[in-house]
Amino acid sequence: MQTRYHGIENIIGNVLMLRATDVGYGDLAEVRYEDEVSLAQVIQLDNDKVFLQVFSGGRGIPTDATVRFLGHGLNVPFSDELLGRIFDGSGRPRDGRPELDADPVGVAGPSVNPSQRIIPRDMVRTGIPMIDVFNTLVQSQKLPIFSVAGEPYNPLLARIALQAEVDVIVLGGMGLKYDDYLTFRETLEDAGSLSRTVMYVHTAADPTVECLFVPDLCLAVAEQFALQNKRVLVLLTDMTNYADAMKEIAITMEKIPSNRGYPGDLYSQLAARYEKAVDFATAGSITILAVTTMPGDDVTHPVPDNTGYITEGQFYLRNGRIEPFGSLSRLKQFVNDKTRADHRKIMDRMIQLYASYRSTEEKRSMGFRLTEWDHKLVSFGKRFESDLMDLEKTIHLEEALDSCWQILADCFEKDETGMPSDLIKEFWPKERSEVRG
Amino acid sequence: MTDSPPLSTGTIDGVNGNLIRVTFDQPVRLNEVGYARLSEKHLKAEIVRIRGKQCWLQVFEDTAGLRVGDAIEFSRDLLSIELGPGLLTSIYDGLQNPLPQLAEKCGYFLERGEYIDGLDRTKTWAFTPSVKVGDTIHAGDSVGTVPEGLFTHRIMVPFGWRGAFTVEEISEAQTCTIETVVAKVKDAKGELRSIKLYQNWPVKKAIQAYEERLRPTENMTTQVRILDTFFPVARGGTYCIPGPFGAGKTVLQQITSRRADVDVVIIAACGERAGEVVETLREFPELEDPRTGKSLMERTLIICNTSSMPVASREASVYTAVTIAEYYRQMGLHVLLLADSTSRWAQALRELSGRLEEIPGEEAFPAYLESVIASFYERGGVVRLRDGTIGSVTIGGSVSPAGGNFEEPVTQSTLKVVGAFHGLSRERSDQRRYPAVDPLESWSKYPSLVDAKKVDESRKILKAGRDVEQMMKVVGEEGTAIKDFITYLKADFLDEVYLQQDAFHDVDGSTSADRQQHVFSVIHFILTANLAFKTRDEARKSFIHWQQIAKDWNRMPMESEDFKQQETKLTDAVKACIATGEEN
Repeated sequence: MQTRYHGIENIIGNVLMLRATDVGYGDLAEVRYEDEVSLAQVIQLDNDKVFLQVFSGGRGIPTDATVRFLGHGLNVPFSDELLGRIFDGSGRPRDGRPELDADPVGVAGPSVNPSQRIIPRDMVRTGIPMIDVFNTLVQSQKLPIFSVAGEPYNPLLARIALQAEVDVIVLGGMGLKYDDYLTFRETLEDAGSLSRTVMYVHTAADPTVECLFVPDLCLAVAEQFALQNKRVLVLLTDMTNYADAMKEIAITMEKIPSNRGYPGDLYSQLAARYEKAVDFATAGSITILAVTTMPGDDVTHPVPDNTGYITEGQFYLRNGRIEPFGSLSRLKQFVNDKTRADHRKIMDRMIQLYASYRSTEEKRSMGFRLTEWDHKLVSFGKRFESDLMDLEKTIHLEEALDSCWQILADCFEKDETGMPSDLIKEFWPKERSEVRG
Repeated sequence: MTDSPPLSTGTIDGVNGNLIRVTFDQPVRLNEVGYARLSEKHLKAEIVRIRGKQCWLQVFEDTAGLRVGDAIEFSRDLLSIELGPGLLTSIYDGLQNPLPQLAEKCGYFLERGEYIDGLDRTKTWAFTPSVKVGDTIHAGDSVGTVPEGLFTHRIMVPFGWRGAFTVEEISEAQTCTIETVVAKVKDAKGELRSIKLYQNWPVKKAIQAYEERLRPTENMTTQVRILDTFFPVARGGTYCIPGPFGAGKTVLQQITSRRADVDVVIIAACGERAGEVVETLREFPELEDPRTGKSLMERTLIICNTSSMPVASREASVYTAVTIAEYYRQMGLHVLLLADSTSRWAQALRELSGRLEEIPGEEAFPAYLESVIASFYERGGVVRLRDGTIGSVTIGGSVSPAGGNFEEPVTQSTLKVVGAFHGLSRERSDQRRYPAVDPLESWSKYPSLVDAKKVDESRKILKAGRDVEQMMKVVGEEGTAIKDFITYLKADFLDEVYLQQDAFHDVDGSTSADRQQHVFSVIHFILTANLAFKTRDEARKSFIHWQQIAKDWNRMPMESEDFKQQETKLTDAVKACIATGEEN
């Protein structure tokens, strides 16, 4: 259907250059040699010189390879059949099942008209009290999970994928360890959640270029589901790998680096992806949760730093727990007045008391004597950590709020809690739980 | 006007991201607008470099699908916007496309190559002439007015016209659309020119059809105490708000856009989250402007080029915003331009510079970053118009420094040219001390609402208090002299009851100029009082008690009886602790 070109002039890294005419910027091409076929994308045009970024990498490509231009940009087949399927970063099936036969939709399409956006209105229930109670996730929100290597961020994402009350989960893995990929797959399969999930997974063993397309594929698919009235949650891990892939490509392309080798458009590139989060007034919504590991636990590193400017808050995952301090959902106030009358007050008060507990702990570690009040705080802090912060526990929002009251009732007298009297009247538990003293 | 040469056309030689290289046939000029043809659509672009028979254009849209050999049509016009009645209450993208109208046409998404006139061609306006046949007028003089919401919108002689003009024809009072010719004037050569209700103006050029620029001296009250009292902004001044993410830049901008004592507010959401603009978009029409009793939207205009919209139009958006600001200044109005965030704009410059393969400066920002930032802020200012009225453009730009580090190039270049610096600190925002403006780092060159001497004294106490606090961390409370301890408590008191403010409280959230003067004199009295306490505990207890009284006082309406009583309660409590005799 299209002209084939033989002969490649330059191959530098993952980028090859050949001479061709009538090629559109951003178009896809097929590079064939021997038994191999790889996709490639036009990334620069200069007279008849065409620069192609090869998805599978430049390694092994001979100068006499055949190149066929497909006449369209990157797209992804879309239909409901996607649910339950697993693909790689080029959109090829990874689950051994046949390719999807469906109409393709464009990837990295235009952004939503800001005047069409609406003020967020609904929460996403995750069953994780540190999220639901203290930093509620809101439909259309984009939130990173700032963490460091070694923390259980992938298990956390998997649990959210299982428990979140949404219609569709789109999971994107970038530079994922193969084991982690298998864990994701097994967890979702075992829980029977795979049927509402689509996965696009680039593992650390795959070519770097493919990593670049994972967020775009995920978000293009998510957008289609959202337009079909579905509530979609997009889970991405790990955005730092994605940024590093961009860095790698930019450096090979001899682009001038800005901060620590990252390209100057890092912010715009990340923003273009995160801003796909949206709540359509008359259709579904896209919510994004993305793991961003902080190299050296440094939040001023370009990736978490730029991310923080884009997203609507952040979760810090440290020591296996979602930190109550620093973690912030900027949109929570849009929804947590509609959940239950005590939600806002008890959320604030619990955090304040927990902060007092932390300073008591400091005091204790410095060898000061603890007062009676301090002891109450200590027992409160321990209960808070074991009952609410434990990531293994699944508790619904209402139960979690009750649990907050129970902890208060077990540790303090009514008037020590600083809670408004009308709320105490309504929610104070009848009796103390017998579990601890 | 004179015959213009035929429009140039060209063909694309190369495409690299949003930058295209084009060979042209007829003369072109720098910053001229061209359109790249992509099947049915035309993608707007601007010439950024010319070399021989080739020029480079930055395209304001996604360039996917463009091919070598595709046609370009040049327009001969610089990147311009339409200035006329109907601008206010609009929501534009960076190139002055009205976003709600685009949505009507294209639905949820911003399709590329769709452009809509910035001003409604069908809406009618009631024109009243203000000149007679035979009058001599100059660029910027008005030939008549139309009412636009709260304001009398002047219809002015196009700002770019040179020399004196004689009015040959002037329309009678009539209701007409913006395309109607309302006046014809004759220039020095005897040629007739027509004046419509609107004119075009190239955004990167400052409008200078005024008599002279004046020094900004008059205060622009924002009703935020820490700003108005300690780091004031003058009408026609410039200021910047740098801060790390989460320190409250945008909230501070939003508060200012609601409460600032100006006629027109222009919000340029430049490369930031779309969600933040949505709050403004949805809430402003509902909110009442206390100055006029009308909806806040009536005095507001939003330029919205959020982070996922094309980068090249992000660069244009701040210029579009400042041009509209200057236009309203020409009507003798006071305009506030809030740009959030200028760092994203600088990054747009950096992306373009990188594609042009220019030699990079610090952090890969182009070497001309500083002069570009300077000339942008210089477009603010107070001016006296030819009819003697005064107008002003105040520019407030937020800066998002990488890693929250103020040493980076954008913050530093901005600090050099602005008159006030409101540095936000993560430390203060973590402590929930809002607004998180750092009271020791920030500065302002503009006069304060309150007596400069008192402000100075208070700032010294704040500084001294901070020093004592640092010292106490080492030596503990026990090792601190009671006199120092009182200074520390005074500084804390000032911080708690005056510098911090609850933006969401009806009364506390907005402190009028009168109230600031009144309250500050009381605070100043407490800060400078010679207090006597026997023990640190006693001192602390008193101060905590006073803080409680003062915070409640902040929440009482000034005209209420409670306000007076509470004030007496506070001053009486303090007076009871003032040292008597010579013991100090």
